[in-house]
Amino acid sequence: MTRLKMTLFAIAAMLCLLFSSSLSAQEAENVEAVAAEQEGPDISGMIFGHILDSYEWHFTDIGDTKIVLYLPCIVKSETTGWHVFSSSHLYHPEGAVYEGFQIAESGSNEGKIIEVATGERPLDISITKNALALLINSLILICIFLYCARWYKGKTAQDAAPKGFVGAIESMVGWVYDDIIVANIPQNANRYAPYLLTAFFFIFLNNLIGLIPGSANITGNIAITFFLATCTFLMINLFGNKHYWLDIFNPHVPWWLKPIMIPIEILGMFTKPVALMIRLFANIMAGHTAMLALFSMIFITASMGAILNGSMTVLAVLFTIFMNALELLVAFIQAYVFTMLSAIFIGLSQPVVHESEA
Amino acid sequence: MLSTILLEAANLTYAGAAIGAGIVAIGAGIGLGKIGGAAMDAMARQPEAISKIQTPMIIIGALVEGVCLIGAVACLLAILMK
Repeated sequence: MTRLKMTLFAIAAMLCLLFSSSLSAQEAENVEAVAAEQEGPDISGMIFGHILDSYEWHFTDIGDTKIVLYLPCIVKSETTGWHVFSSSHLYHPEGAVYEGFQIAESGSNEGKIIEVATGERPLDISITKNALALLINSLILICIFLYCARWYKGKTAQDAAPKGFVGAIESMVGWVYDDIIVANIPQNANRYAPYLLTAFFFIFLNNLIGLIPGSANITGNIAITFFLATCTFLMINLFGNKHYWLDIFNPHVPWWLKPIMIPIEILGMFTKPVALMIRLFANIMAGHTAMLALFSMIFITASMGAILNGSMTVLAVLFTIFMNALELLVAFIQAYVFTMLSAIFIGLSQPVVHESEA
Repeated sequence: MLSTILLEAANLTYAGAAIGAGIVAIGAGIGLGKIGGAAMDAMARQPEAISKIQTPMIIIGALVEGVCLIGAVACLLAILMK
């Protein structure tokens, strides 16, 4: 008991120390923080620049020249109608105003186009970095699978199995179909197989391409995982069995439990896709952030002397290689988990009730 | 006293977020360690079931990791929200 008391006392003492030191050094800290921001490399700016969406696609810097692709901005304001222009007009002098639009520097719309006159966002359907990357990746997916599908034309079940690239794709598709879809949706799996296969390969390909340096961070964007989760939600609920809805709105429990169980079941209808959304988003975003943070250790220690910088560079490169390998594994596992959980939820929405249980 | 403590809210946010991220890592470590330990015991008992045990182990590992990353996202939100 005394050991526990000593530990609690130590924790309380540390907290008091934290409070007291921060109280006394408040003003000095503020001045130091401002000075540090101006001196050191802008790490959080770089990391957020990689993770967040933007109107330009900044690949890299070679020396002083930036290699940037300025993407089209397509905005519609309520007063002046449609405007289509390259985003280079908004970036070249910092915070430039072009045709009455500007990229907001601060506030709740930071980083997005606002109308200078009203301060509100116009209708914005610009091709941003994420939108362009989505289009390119979808095109790659379509090309891969239509090419593989064309191989099967004119062949019968007695012909030899495909070899090479088509064989690899076939083995993956067969594995996803057998082990994930049919295993979890025993009855009419073919109705859900197109969606689940698309979800798996979409997530897998986007995760992999997001690991290439200079690419956009797609599945680490919560809007995209939100859409994937919404698709799963629709697949579960649009095709739900009568028994599925009965289990939610009239579960087979004693009458005094029903007022508790029904709200819980309704909430459960929504929390399952939300968990899918956050799991994928957090895994991919955290992976990218961790890699970038490890990598920027090199730049943080650049001004601290040759020995420290040299050893940190070696460590940072080794850690980054390890994190990259881990992220390859995570790319596959997250696609697998998303598809498997979607298949399980869809299978649960078609329960087969045995008459003996009723 | 209260006002000075409230003025410290900005710096305490960073401290809270960092400590929270550390606690989340502890949670992930404990959870995944238990899963891995149970899987190792099962595989040692019955080596012919190794492939059958591996798949659920990876799945449950991903699910536990997902919960811990939700906590990490909460810590990030603490820093990013104004």
